[in-house]
Amino acid sequence: LAPWVPVVGLEIHAQISSNSKLFSGSQVQFAAPPNSLVSFFDASLPGTLPVLNRRCVEAAVMTGLALNCSINKKSLFDRKHYFYADLPAGYQITQQRVPVAVNGSLSYSLCIDNKMSQMVTKTVRIKQIQLEQDSGKSLHDDTRSQTLVDLNRAGVGLMEVVMEPDMCCGEEAAAAVRELQLILQTLGSSQAVMAEGQLRVDANVSVHHPGEPYGVRTEVKNINSIRFLAKAIDYEIQRQIEELESGGTILNETRAFDSKLGCTVPMRDKEGKQDYRFMPEPNLPPLILYDAKSLPANMNHQQVINIDWIHERLPDLPSVKRKKLVEQYGILPEHSFTLLNEDGLAEFFESVVKQTQMKPKKVIGWILKDLLSYLKQHSLTVKESPVSSFLLADLLNLLEKKEISSTAAKQVLAELWKGEGKTPLEIVKEQKLELLQDQKELEQICQAVIDGHKNE
Amino acid sequence: QKVSVEVLEHLERLALVDFRDAEGVERLQKAIQFADQLHEVNTDGVEPMDSVLEDRCLYLREDDVTEGNCTKELLENAREKVEEYFVAPPGNIPLPKLEEQETFLQGS
Repeated sequence: LAPWVPVVGLEIHAQISSNSKLFSGSQVQFAAPPNSLVSFFDASLPGTLPVLNRRCVEAAVMTGLALNCSINKKSLFDRKHYFYADLPAGYQITQQRVPVAVNGSLSYSLCIDNKMSQMVTKTVRIKQIQLEQDSGKSLHDDTRSQTLVDLNRAGVGLMEVVMEPDMCCGEEAAAAVRELQLILQTLGSSQAVMAEGQLRVDANVSVHHPGEPYGVRTEVKNINSIRFLAKAIDYEIQRQIEELESGGTILNETRAFDSKLGCTVPMRDKEGKQDYRFMPEPNLPPLILYDAKSLPANMNHQQVINIDWIHERLPDLPSVKRKKLVEQYGILPEHSFTLLNEDGLAEFFESVVKQTQMKPKKVIGWILKDLLSYLKQHSLTVKESPVSSFLLADLLNLLEKKEISSTAAKQVLAELWKGEGKTPLEIVKEQKLELLQDQKELEQICQAVIDGHKNE
Repeated sequence: QKVSVEVLEHLERLALVDFRDAEGVERLQKAIQFADQLHEVNTDGVEPMDSVLEDRCLYLREDDVTEGNCTKELLENAREKVEEYFVAPPGNIPLPKLEEQETFLQGS
């Protein structure tokens, strides 16, 4: 049987982290009373007009720069038409013709063979990043045959990140999305929490034989976590291969991932091929961005977005942070990945290193093996850790000064974990864990033991 | 050049309009003919214009919360509501399949 080449592309919608919506002044907030965060424009009442939120543009520019894109100094807004109850206007304002950023790339790392020690770097091309409106939320009530609509989310700013189909499996897609999530969180342009719908991923999957043209692709939606993303993609690849090998065909359709069953199913309510009748948004002139060279002299600076100014103020991206951690502390690259993968762990590690004489290469073991496994066992975040960096550093100092053994240190940590407010020194004294340093005292003990057994 | 039946049916489904009778279709044909006159203008080397506002400055608003909190007013427009939610039919009501539909176009 000829080998199959799976092709995976991703469309990612990231909710912009801003106080108000993309084109109106209503608040952006998760979980509020239904229809309480809705302005007349969001409800599409006649006579209302869109007014662009500056912060949303900055978020898109930051993200574009972080993903190595070319920023379009002139981008345009369009209307994408379709009918659905949670889209009151009957169209979504998006950027179909000329989006704000194009032609970027995202580098991510994978472990080969599940061993953390062998990591390989891959790149996925970013086709474009566009600004667009989110829709409201539909709650389907099948028993009463109705849909309840909450427009709180309608009009919230989104960045759609379109990735080229450069990936080949669930693992690659998951790693790419994880890295994108970390980048967005570092920039602050999106909090990118998938569970709260701030990061939504749709996967386009197809398979073909090497040398032959790409196969028919399906779109997989309703994926709620990075873990499910990998599962959904791998399932769909398998499904398509099995279907084709048994003589069937793949339909160009939209499928939903059912997390309970672990499979993809055709989505209802998706009528054939949609004609979105794209047209320019007549109420919004082109979005013009400037750089240091093109900065206009006489404009109110609140009305000017300077790409270079934003570029200069970009924070260190995860890849740079990892490199710095490895260089500064002599830890392994895979350690730096784990440190950045847990929110607050890198800061915790650095804080401990500052407060202890123990070498960072030794400290990292305590952070990644002891502290992290405790946190994972009890489902706690670093912020919720009952053991502070101060206490851990204190403990490691005792170990470093050889006042206790490494086994004793683990015992003390277990005690500290209870969060009873005792210091490491207090616990050591309580449990008599001190290492004896006095030569004479040691000799006396050994002699006593030998004497005690003389008679045997 | 007449507009084909396929295109007319496609338009009816997209825009949810109903051409209703021969006069309606004729009016559509005349509208298209009228618009086709635009092709007589030579636009070589001319960038298409989106709107008369395209040279205006796009105003950028500060990211402040200034609107919202008018649930009661918004729901006044709703024919049906359930606990501050708008009520809509369950998903899009699919248009009847073309074979089942009795449109004027099929009779023509």
